[in-house]
Amino acid sequence: MPAYEIEIILSRQLADCLSMPVFLTDTTGNLIFYNEPAEEILGTRFAESGEMKVEAWSTMFQQQDEEGNLLQPEELPLVRTLRDQYPYHKTFCIRSLKGRAEKISVTSYPIIGRTGKFLGAVAIFWSAKDL
Amino acid sequence: MKISIRGARGSIPTTNPATTHYGGDTSCVLVSEKDCMLVLDGGSGMQRLNLSQDTGIKKIDILLTHLHLDHIQGLGFFSPLFDPSFDVHIWGPAANTTSLHARLSRYLSPPLFPVLLRDLPCQLTLHEIDNSSFEIGHFHIHSRYIIHPGSTLGFRITGRRSTFTYIPDHEPALGVMNAMNDKKWISGIDLAANAELLLHDAQYTAQEYKNHLGWGHSSMEDAIKFASLAGVKHLLLSHHDPSRTDEQLDALIADLKKQNDLSFSFEPAAEGMNIELA
Repeated sequence: MPAYEIEIILSRQLADCLSMPVFLTDTTGNLIFYNEPAEEILGTRFAESGEMKVEAWSTMFQQQDEEGNLLQPEELPLVRTLRDQYPYHKTFCIRSLKGRAEKISVTSYPIIGRTGKFLGAVAIFWSAKDL
Repeated sequence: MKISIRGARGSIPTTNPATTHYGGDTSCVLVSEKDCMLVLDGGSGMQRLNLSQDTGIKKIDILLTHLHLDHIQGLGFFSPLFDPSFDVHIWGPAANTTSLHARLSRYLSPPLFPVLLRDLPCQLTLHEIDNSSFEIGHFHIHSRYIIHPGSTLGFRITGRRSTFTYIPDHEPALGVMNAMNDKKWISGIDLAANAELLLHDAQYTAQEYKNHLGWGHSSMEDAIKFASLAGVKHLLLSHHDPSRTDEQLDALIADLKKQNDLSFSFEPAAEGMNIELA
């Protein structure tokens, strides 16, 4: 497989240094990196899982609005960013496969490289108690 | 393919008697095969490329990895640029907001230089490249952005029978060192894959690198690791630190050779060195 663009490589390196959970996806939503704080959300370690197809990681937790209604994937910031390459932000609840519920805020943004090409997306998670 | 090193010093030219073996001129390499010739970077080593007298060649292609001063300062002293009979093509990295012409003009204009870029007498053509593939003569060239401050390219040059990769300024180890074992996360690795010869940044020792993270350069150890992962056959360590003497460099290389049992050879690039690739 060819090497990732340097904008993706440097995004991973930044994520690796951050204390906020960060997901890094390719242009189709495959999770190509998540940092240590994000391992708490997914309940698995990147060293163990490696990269994950979108259909694998997107079913690892459920999203609900603040009234407990299930959110459709297309309402999530990262999915919207992947669709139209704009940044988005939303506060909602997630419930992991282990049953733990948490209110979080997510900011997502596209990675547009030097050549102007869409290369992937980043989602940053904040626990709502930090807000 | 013949590779001729005309400058291997990093950052600033040195005139120290203690650096005469590896040389004090900054980055410039001549690549030739049959009637095709490329000049890689326009560091101070470019000033002694007297092509008009040597060869009868009237078309020159100059490939710039980036526009830091140690890679362009020789342009103003390169005689074909001042000869109207020369057709000169400069290939340089595209940037987001400013043209290659505007960026080169920052150097080739007063107060830094007396002659404006637009007033050079040669027939000058500028080519903006990014993650590109193109042909010059029978050379097939692949350029790709690599990790170094500012818009910076590495080049993979394939001739009739061999490949030379030129990445004189590069910091692939920036950040996640453990990702160095996963090739798709390594900046520049595609450029260097299985090349017969790789010229790569090796400005620092591993100890010095700790104090220069993010400056855009590599340790000798990381350059060797990069070459090993890329599967190259021969590595030239380049962009020698301006404070490094020949004696110090020889001692460091001797230590590295003792520590590393590798399937490829490595040595410091030296001004005046010529390598013929089969």
